[in-house]
Amino acid sequence: MIETILQISLLLLAIAMIGLIYRLIKGPTVPDRVVALDAMGVNLVSMTAVLSMLLDTSNYLDIILLIGILAFIGTVAFAKFLEKGEVIEYDRDQ
Amino acid sequence: MSLLHWAVLAPFIMAVFVPVLRKKAALIHTGWFVLILPIVLFGTFLQYLPVTMNNNSVMQTASWIPSLGINFTVYMDGLSLLFALLISGIGSLVVLYSIYYLSKTKESLHHFYVYLLMFMGAMLGVVLSDNVITLYMFWEFTSISSFLLIAYWYDRERSRYGALKSMLITVFGGLMMLGGFLVLSIMGNTFSIRELAAQATELNEHPLFLLAMILVLLGAFTKSAQFPFYIWLPDAMEAPTPVSAYLHSATMVKAGIYLVARFSPIFAFSGYWFWIVGTVGLFTMVWASFNAVKQTDLKGILAFSTVSQLGLIMSLLGIGAASLHFDSLDDNIFTTAVIAAIFHLINHATFKGSLFMVVGVIDHETGTRDIRKLGGLMSFMPITFTLSVIGAFSMAGLPPFNGFLSKEMFFLSMVQLMELNLFNIDTWAVLFPVLAWVGSVFTFIYSMIIVFKVFTGKFQPKKLEKKPHEAPVGMLISPIILALLVVVFGLFPNLLSYSLIQPAAAAIVPSIIPPGEQLYVNIYFWHGINAELLMTIGVVAVGILLYKFMPKWVRVYEYFPGKITLNQFYNAGLYAAERGSNAITNAYMTGFIRTYLVYIFAFFIAALGFTMWAKDAFRYDASAVAPIGLYEGCLIIVLLAATLTILMAKSRLTSIISLGAVGYTVSLFFVIFRAPDLALTQLVIETISTALFLLCFYHLPKLSRHEEKRRFQAGNAIIAAGVGIIVTLLGISAHSSKFFASINEYYIENTYEKAGGENMVNVILVDFRGFDTLFEIAVLSVAALGIYGLIKLRLEKGGETNENK
Repeated sequence: MIETILQISLLLLAIAMIGLIYRLIKGPTVPDRVVALDAMGVNLVSMTAVLSMLLDTSNYLDIILLIGILAFIGTVAFAKFLEKGEVIEYDRDQ
Repeated sequence: MSLLHWAVLAPFIMAVFVPVLRKKAALIHTGWFVLILPIVLFGTFLQYLPVTMNNNSVMQTASWIPSLGINFTVYMDGLSLLFALLISGIGSLVVLYSIYYLSKTKESLHHFYVYLLMFMGAMLGVVLSDNVITLYMFWEFTSISSFLLIAYWYDRERSRYGALKSMLITVFGGLMMLGGFLVLSIMGNTFSIRELAAQATELNEHPLFLLAMILVLLGAFTKSAQFPFYIWLPDAMEAPTPVSAYLHSATMVKAGIYLVARFSPIFAFSGYWFWIVGTVGLFTMVWASFNAVKQTDLKGILAFSTVSQLGLIMSLLGIGAASLHFDSLDDNIFTTAVIAAIFHLINHATFKGSLFMVVGVIDHETGTRDIRKLGGLMSFMPITFTLSVIGAFSMAGLPPFNGFLSKEMFFLSMVQLMELNLFNIDTWAVLFPVLAWVGSVFTFIYSMIIVFKVFTGKFQPKKLEKKPHEAPVGMLISPIILALLVVVFGLFPNLLSYSLIQPAAAAIVPSIIPPGEQLYVNIYFWHGINAELLMTIGVVAVGILLYKFMPKWVRVYEYFPGKITLNQFYNAGLYAAERGSNAITNAYMTGFIRTYLVYIFAFFIAALGFTMWAKDAFRYDASAVAPIGLYEGCLIIVLLAATLTILMAKSRLTSIISLGAVGYTVSLFFVIFRAPDLALTQLVIETISTALFLLCFYHLPKLSRHEEKRRFQAGNAIIAAGVGIIVTLLGISAHSSKFFASINEYYIENTYEKAGGENMVNVILVDFRGFDTLFEIAVLSVAALGIYGLIKLRLEKGGETNENK
């Protein structure tokens, strides 16, 4: 029973991924795509969580944490790039 | 190492000390020191005369590479001794002559004598070697030292051209000859010429026999300037005259003759040998003597005359092969041809050497070698005139000089061919004496030109750079000795007959001489009025007539268009080869990485596709395939969509983001396929590389930044699709044909028990197979250092840094 539910939720999440990839391809602006990528990261977190339940293992928990961090860092980096044109600025004192 | 070994090596050893002598004893002409060596060698070789006269031989071996059967084996028989005496004897005379010819101060003498000694040693090595590999080594030594000698005045363009040409042609022949030697050694299973000759009959029936013969003959013909390879010799006349006298008349060009003579016992029984050597030689003789008449440079005439005389000797050696088909010695008429070849070889070395030296004297004392500027020198240079008369008349074949005798024997051999009923010769036999006679007529004409155009006629002082006068005595000693030999051999030919000629001839045709007997050699002046004497009289009569009326018919040469000369072919061939290879290289080396990738991938597709097709390697077996969940299908759609976006995207930024999506999806696949460590690493690396791509994107130059869709190219699409298909097919086949169980059971059992870890991936990385990890760490360090270096170190052109800017 629980397995079926997990399978269904995985399927739903995968369909959501397709929706996100549609947004990623279609655009129309770069921020749209970045948000899509960020949402894909969140989706990955969910899918990994569901999968680890399905596989009955706790080995994937650190991946969930990592995706959370990376998705955040990546989105911030993109946002800064879109805003200022560069990711890491030079130290002005030098 | 015996005395003979040291005799071969002595010139090389001496060559090492020449530069020292030149420097330490600068007041004395270096040539005086060098002169000692060939004289000593000549004396040494003379001691072997009694040995060879009794048809004995000396053979001594020094190990070189015994495991391969390659040894430095010297073998001294009649033929080797004859050549060794020629090389050391004429070598001494040439060194003596060069002492007076080359200036002590203006010329770089140490170069000259080093090259000359190298050549002398190499030449002695060629004629004394019994091992074909050693022979080949010395053979190439002669090519190289001759190349250096021709380009002695390397600041002249013509010298460099001539040196290169002779190098290309003789080295081509040398390599062919090496091939022939190797084929021979495969056939006979030995490198020794004597052992090869011992199994000549078996070799004759071997299927590779003809190939070996043609390859060896190519070597001999290129070195001895036979048709059509003679073209390098006239251009080699840019060398200093002593070099021309030594290399291009007496020694190096006779290396090919030596080779033909030396290999006669192996090859000569074959009819091909008779035809190839005989006709090529005879044609070369006629062709070169015909061309010699139109030359205006004295050395040019002598060069063509050398070619012509070498052709004569070659054809005699070819015809001499017929003697092997007779049973008894008494009625064997074709031994005459062999004896004539040897005799003429000696004669040619004497008179051609002296003629070259005479030309050198004329050049030295008047400043020109052009016969159109010279004339009437008889009264200025009486000794030189006498010498040139002796040399040229001997060359023309007039009595009482030695050339007359060998020319008579030449005619005799040719006439005797008409009695031969071997080798399908039949009616063709009559062509041989006719051609020989025509060649001799032209020989007569150019010999007369050398004497009369230079020494008689009108004296033209305005055209000469210097006021002509007789040469210094030292310069005349060598040609005088040679001219004396011409006369002595002419008057007393039997001095030579049993001392040198008979042993040498016996070495060429050993199989027909029964043990304890000798060839009958009797060279004498008067042998009655017969065909050959009449032919000589005809040559003289027609020759004089043609010489008298030369202005009338000399226009014949204009009918030979310059475009179809062999030189033209050589130049055009070289040019075409250069341009052709350039064109080919430029056609495929475009400089675009894209093109090279196309080659690599196309080859990849072709090689793997062909192998799969030819070996019928495609397998499909679905039994080991795991079930596919619906969500996995969705993720694959995501992956495909993102991949296609990378290809189709208009903006590069879209491509970068899509690449990130691909990476993330892949990491999800790692999760699905239960590889947490891979998924972790993949996520981090994907994030970092996306950031790096952004960095690159930001730094694109403004000008080329305009975003345009990638153009579609059918070729690229086909290649890309081909690679994809091939790899997919390979993957399916590989998965469908597993022959062995995986080794992973071992790891599963032992990860905890032996390595004390629970994470199997990590235990494999750092314990079971920790070496790979070590070097991947190294790769990352190198990459990091490289990036740091690329960013920090900015060397401008000229080596200045702008690190601190």
